[in-house]
Amino acid sequence: MSIWPPEQKIWWHEPIAKIEIVWIVVAFLWGVAMFFMMIYWHGAGEQNLSNEAYRTSPEAYAAKAQAMIDQYTVRDEGGYPVVHPPAGSEVYLIARLWQWWPILEFEKNQSYRLHISSMDWLHGFSLQPTNINLQIHPGYDMVLTVTPDQSGQFGVVCNEFCGIGHHTMLGRIYVVE
Amino acid sequence: MPAREQFRTCPATGLKIHLPAEKLIKANAVAAVVFLAIGGLFGLLVALTRWPAVHLLPAEWFYLVLTAHGLDVLLVWIIFFEMAVLYFASAILLNSRIAAPKAAWTGFWMMLAGAVITNIAVLQGKSSVMFTSYVPMQAQPHFYLGIILFAVGALIGCFVFFGTLVIAKEEHTYEGSVPLVTFGALTAAIIAVFTIASGAIILIPTLLWSLKIVSTIDPLMYKAVWWAMGHSSQQINVSAHVAIWYAIAAIVLGAKPISEKVSRLAFLMYILFLQLASAHHLLVEPGISSEWKIFNTSYAMYLAVLGSLVHGMTVPGSIEAAQRMKGFNNGLFEWLRKAPWGNPAFAGMFLSLILFGFLGGISGVVLGTEQINLIMHNTMYVPGHFHATVVTGTTLAFMALTYLLVPLIFQRELIFPRLAKLQPYLFALGAAGISLFMMGAGTLGVSRRHWDITFADAPLGFEYPGAAFLMMGLNGIAAVLAALGGLIFIVVVVGSILYGKKIEGGAAAGPKPAAVVGKYGSAGTLAIPGTAVLVTVFFIAFVLYYFVNWKYLAEVWPLR
Ligand SMILES: [Cu+2]
Repeated sequence: MSIWPPEQKIWWHEPIAKIEIVWIVVAFLWGVAMFFMMIYWHGAGEQNLSNEAYRTSPEAYAAKAQAMIDQYTVRDEGGYPVVHPPAGSEVYLIARLWQWWPILEFEKNQSYRLHISSMDWLHGFSLQPTNINLQIHPGYDMVLTVTPDQSGQFGVVCNEFCGIGHHTMLGRIYVVE
Repeated sequence: MPAREQFRTCPATGLKIHLPAEKLIKANAVAAVVFLAIGGLFGLLVALTRWPAVHLLPAEWFYLVLTAHGLDVLLVWIIFFEMAVLYFASAILLNSRIAAPKAAWTGFWMMLAGAVITNIAVLQGKSSVMFTSYVPMQAQPHFYLGIILFAVGALIGCFVFFGTLVIAKEEHTYEGSVPLVTFGALTAAIIAVFTIASGAIILIPTLLWSLKIVSTIDPLMYKAVWWAMGHSSQQINVSAHVAIWYAIAAIVLGAKPISEKVSRLAFLMYILFLQLASAHHLLVEPGISSEWKIFNTSYAMYLAVLGSLVHGMTVPGSIEAAQRMKGFNNGLFEWLRKAPWGNPAFAGMFLSLILFGFLGGISGVVLGTEQINLIMHNTMYVPGHFHATVVTGTTLAFMALTYLLVPLIFQRELIFPRLAKLQPYLFALGAAGISLFMMGAGTLGVSRRHWDITFADAPLGFEYPGAAFLMMGLNGIAAVLAALGGLIFIVVVVGSILYGKKIEGGAAAGPKPAAVVGKYGSAGTLAIPGTAVLVTVFFIAFVLYYFVNWKYLAEVWPLR
């Protein structure tokens, strides 16, 4: 029994049941398959993080974002500037207590280099309803190239707890045709 | 050698029980159950707040209670119980005296003091930083201090366990190798040492930082090291509850491992490959390469997963073999149908096995896949997954073992045996419900750790789909069921310890020792076709669910 010492003192000489060997082989091969699936997706799939990121400081990052806002703001919505940057450009999204700043407006099927960084604590970028989730750190400028392939209005929920106003931290991204 | 009067002989199992060890087991188990009650109540409050139609607590209280819930159940309940398991698997199973009982008591009091201090810090309201306490969000210094005290206490417990193994070996209290269950507990203790070391590496500087002695802590570094503790601690749980599966199968049914070699190697895989699996908490962080992520989630995680897959077959296989030996040999599943489903220890154990595998195991692998993590990170899918592992897996297994500890160690009969019979089913139903519905909500994008998914107070608006609200409501209902199951557990166990009929001398009401079933489990060419079918069903479910999630991923915006 499992609660007594093994009856055969040299337990590693026990035979292994065939069904165990079969299962170990199947389970191992499945692990190998899952390993190659991730690599395969880097080639064939369209959703992969490039893991491009730079060290930054809140001040330096905010300055870049402000320059973009000054240049490309097209209108104002409830105190938020709505920024419509040109396709292919560098776009900066600020995470701070408790805002995603500014509102961004993209064109469908165009690519953008989207930068995200936090000014203070950890935040979670959760783009809904498409459902893309990223962890945002202060001091790290995270860059990803996104190609919105659906038009409409999207919410940017904060899904990393960031204090008492966490549940009010909600941003917006528009994708226009 | 210790005096003879320090031992009693267990009438049910014939084990020689060292009384100081027994006292330590009792103290740790009682502390565990008390914190389960407190932490479980906090959990119910969390679920009722996230039930949109109820929305019980105000925001400040919600985040406070959520922090306390995580600490009290994920850390305090589980580690206290694991201390009891370590002492049981060493001193009791090896017929040995326990090493350094005074040190063990010091550890116990440190853990208790630490748990109380951290709870006070959280309840004071200025440390609502969640269980993970990611910097640069700061808690009060005694929040970290309490956790550190608790961890050091647990570390002492681990060393008492190692010491007991050494004593038992030197004093020849057993022959040959340690039992498989003790081997599993040893795995848990070794991982615990690694875990606590990682915890010290990250929490001591954080304490100094909260005292303004250290100026900054890099948030990414914090997260990486924190998860070396946070994830490995989950592997302690897995090792411990797998050991308990084997123990309950052995005590209740006389089951033997199909082969000692395979089961032991599977435990060894946990030690070898687990630590870096914490990489799967860092899959969508800035600046970590895909090569590193893939390497650490696959080589490390999949080989540890392989360990679990092996146990997932050998545990039911050993039960099937034992049952077939007893004559339940008709068809594929007579062994399972005629298993002692009315025994809460067995029922809890088997439900834990099934739910941990199907819900917790599969979801964990999917969640830990580099790219798929993009559609799940920090959504409700995450708590959905780990409630399946820690509640339906670990907690249910610990509860099941408690039903054996009450007669064996506390020497009391269970009061309310009918309620006890019902309890594992009710708790499993509720806990499986919260796991599934949270995963469902997560798949729909709902954020975890979030007070108000209607965003009523947010300047900009957004609406989750109606199905998401339905999921959160169902989650609330399931949480009520689970809480009821938890309450019954507490009432039965505490009631039995206090008022249960004393078990004296030879009249053993506890589990009877079952007949030995052959030299090793597979001796006598035992076929276990039922287990083969179960494992096949599991494997098909795993593969299908894995690829369904790739399909979900393929539907989101292309990104590089
Ligand atoms: Cu936030």
